[in-house]
Amino acid sequence: MKQVEPLIFELSRSGRGATAQHPPAAAAEIPGKFRRRRRPALPEVSELQVVRHYTRLSQMNYSIDTQFYPLGSCTMKYNPRACNSLAMLPEFLGRHPLAPVSTGQGFMACMFELQEMLKAVTGMAGVSLTPMAGAQGEFTGVAMIRAYHRARGDLARNEIIVPDAAHGTNPATATMCGMKIREIASQPDGDVDLAALDAALSPATAGIMLTNPCTLGVFERRITQIARKVHDAGGLLYYDGANLNAILGKVRPGEMEFDAIHMNLHKTFSTPHGGGGPGSGAVGVGPRLLPYLPVPIVGRDGGHYRWLDERDLPDSIGRLSAFMGNAGVLLRAYVYMRILGAEGMRRVGEYSTLNANYLMARLREAGFDAAYPSRRASHEFIITLKRQARELDVNAMDFAKRLLDYGYHAPTTYFPLLVPECLLIEPTETETREELDGFVEALAAIQREAETDAPMVKGAPHTLPVRRLDDVRAAKQLDVAWKPAGA
Amino acid sequence: MPYIPHTAEDVRAMLDRIGVKSIDDLFDEIPKDLRIDSLPGVPAALSEMEVARLVSARAAADGRPLNFIGAGAYEHHIPAPVWALATRGEIYSAYTPYQAEASQGTLQIMYEYQSMIAGLTAMDVSNASLYDGASALAEACLMSVRAHRRSKSARILVPTTVNPTWRKVARVITEGQGLVLEEMPFCAEDGTTIPKSLARYDGQDITAIIIQQPNFFGQLEDVDALTRWARAHGALIIAAVNPVSLALLSPPGEWGDGGADIACGEAQPFGVPLSSGGPYVGFMATRLEHVRQMPGRIAGCTVDLDGKRGFTLTLQAREQHIRRGKATSNICTNQGLLMTAATIYLSLLGPVGLERVASACVARTAELVSALAGLPGVRAAFTGPRFHEAVLQLDRPVGQVLDSLAAEGIIGGHDLARDYPELGHALLVCATETRTVEDIAAYGRALGRVLGRQAAA
Repeated sequence: MKQVEPLIFELSRSGRGATAQHPPAAAAEIPGKFRRRRRPALPEVSELQVVRHYTRLSQMNYSIDTQFYPLGSCTMKYNPRACNSLAMLPEFLGRHPLAPVSTGQGFMACMFELQEMLKAVTGMAGVSLTPMAGAQGEFTGVAMIRAYHRARGDLARNEIIVPDAAHGTNPATATMCGMKIREIASQPDGDVDLAALDAALSPATAGIMLTNPCTLGVFERRITQIARKVHDAGGLLYYDGANLNAILGKVRPGEMEFDAIHMNLHKTFSTPHGGGGPGSGAVGVGPRLLPYLPVPIVGRDGGHYRWLDERDLPDSIGRLSAFMGNAGVLLRAYVYMRILGAEGMRRVGEYSTLNANYLMARLREAGFDAAYPSRRASHEFIITLKRQARELDVNAMDFAKRLLDYGYHAPTTYFPLLVPECLLIEPTETETREELDGFVEALAAIQREAETDAPMVKGAPHTLPVRRLDDVRAAKQLDVAWKPAGA
Repeated sequence: MPYIPHTAEDVRAMLDRIGVKSIDDLFDEIPKDLRIDSLPGVPAALSEMEVARLVSARAAADGRPLNFIGAGAYEHHIPAPVWALATRGEIYSAYTPYQAEASQGTLQIMYEYQSMIAGLTAMDVSNASLYDGASALAEACLMSVRAHRRSKSARILVPTTVNPTWRKVARVITEGQGLVLEEMPFCAEDGTTIPKSLARYDGQDITAIIIQQPNFFGQLEDVDALTRWARAHGALIIAAVNPVSLALLSPPGEWGDGGADIACGEAQPFGVPLSSGGPYVGFMATRLEHVRQMPGRIAGCTVDLDGKRGFTLTLQAREQHIRRGKATSNICTNQGLLMTAATIYLSLLGPVGLERVASACVARTAELVSALAGLPGVRAAFTGPRFHEAVLQLDRPVGQVLDSLAAEGIIGGHDLARDYPELGHALLVCATETRTVEDIAAYGRALGRVLGRQAAA
């Protein structure tokens, strides 16, 4: 697999082109002062060269379709092909977002039903589909919380409480919304430290951002108490839906008394990750925040669907995207939910949890240290390799890189930050027992290699298109764009 | 069980290994009073065949009307290889390239994309994409405040010729950080920003000015004059550009004396379908001096242990997973799949093909304007050069005309009544290379019929 693939620019020859893609020449009347003087440096290549180049590049990727991809907190489960083929029906692809709703009733029916199903699986009172990714969903949630306090004249509330186990997007989002961050500690058993919460709550508390189950792979058992404390202090609760897969159909953010949530449709509802996006971060709200939902939302008058906009929701926080969000992703989520149905949703939570607990049990039998051995795993769990790092000088990154040689994508490494030398492992419900067993055997084999030939493990990967890359050089000798010779 | 591979034997063996009796036991840490045992409101499962039938029928009901709307989303021909390649499982079902060695495909595509965007905009560096054009503009505003250390005002001038929805989005996203977006009027004659109108800001602390080219009306702004004013008065320049137009129009990096500081926009025209508004792909490029203030993923070229060329995510110290509350943005994903489509599109079109697309857009729009503006009760609202959109003024409310056209299978344009009431009965129309002479003639005939019929009624 040691391929070398040139840059598309290096394949370019002046005068070559994929000419079947060129429209006929036309005269464009643009005055000289507005005109570009030199053609942009785009590649000149044949259509076959393009197809071969990007096919070869694709072959240099690990993906769900080719490998077990247990990247913790990312829910890398099978992306059903039906979701893609139906979202790519030509009528859906060709529909202009500003076309009259009379020409989009079929599409809007799907979106309306998706809103309703998302309300049902989360127990929330309202849903808006517009946020384009989880981080934008978070932004939306905090912006709605801010709008709520403002509307009540409660202007001093400018602090967001974030547990130390939270995703980095949580504090980054709070900052983007102009909030101050109060970080609180987790207990040794992974639950939030209630004393720390008490100390952080004040008349300045706007709200708290929680992921439950949290990124430590455990369910916050005292969530009801936390909700009561935050509400009593005048704050609201935000649910980061990154780990919704773990509890789908078993327990809902609504019953946990969250006021705002986002869902990562690219995780829980299996839309593709696409090499890092598109995501989709639909938000749900409880009754307090209904007036502030972002627009547009699909509404139904009798049998007719239409967009609810600023005129229908005058207190809405407004718009987050040029149109209605990532419609094509939403269609994929819709198809997925219809194929699973209510029973299938429950099985998602059940079997993702079964796979995680099984994998954790087997890895513990194989001699690995679970970070929270006294707890049930949610849909993910943490292994800590601090013993191996200390005794063998082989760390979590070395294990991760060596796993690639065994044909497995590595788990999430070095996150959450509070567990040293950690691997955050999320197998998802769509993996077979054999696949999980193979992964255990690979990690056990790497453990033996670490004991007998540590330098080999530390030099991994050995079988991929490249070996470990010089990240320092990448940042210091910055080369982020190809430039034509002489430019 | 859709997509779940477990046999009954698997489940029993796995539970034994864990040491519990049932799957339910695995949820015993969740307080009982929180647990639910059904999901009313979610319909029962359907087979793939049944869902396909339902969804296909809905798509068919929506049909494929002939489209003449642009307004931020543009219908272009999408070459067959674009999505055949982008939906290969190795691209479609991979994630952010955290493990660089196992993600060289995605990383090299990011690098190629960044190179193409930098080349098109004539800027030094590009990120690996943002959500869409509107949010890219919002991020550009936030970035300009970080990049312009001497400016304390966080005031940004926004001509009202900038896409009105993008302006709304920028306001929502930047509000929490105290940015002040000040709107500037446009010239009623040619629908562009008047460089002289900037004189009232002389001597004031202005952080940045946004210049959209072509502007929301499709008209060409005097970008050189606006850029020169901003340079002379210490304001940064945020260029919001249509990327197809860059094949013909002066790129932001060459505007005025010294060019723009940040170029951003919507790369949907590069191989991404209209798809009711998303997923699209925002782009952003900047000068090297500002690169550490730029949000979003960036791929860099480096070498591996053997000195072989490879690609990796770089400058991650800007990002939320490292910097948390002090990151440049909360953005986590880019629009990887759409960025991939754009890269493949640009590889197929090349410099010559893209120039042909851009020229055809200009030519078809000119033909559309002459076909429609010749009808009784229709005239072009603005003089001056334009790219692939134009504002028409009708003699009656636009909404009812559009409804009648839709009934004839023609999506006739975007009604400007809500965003620009001062323009009266104004209709924004667009024709790209995908509209033929016959399409344009059909629109002309239909509009003539509709106007005549309504006048008679």
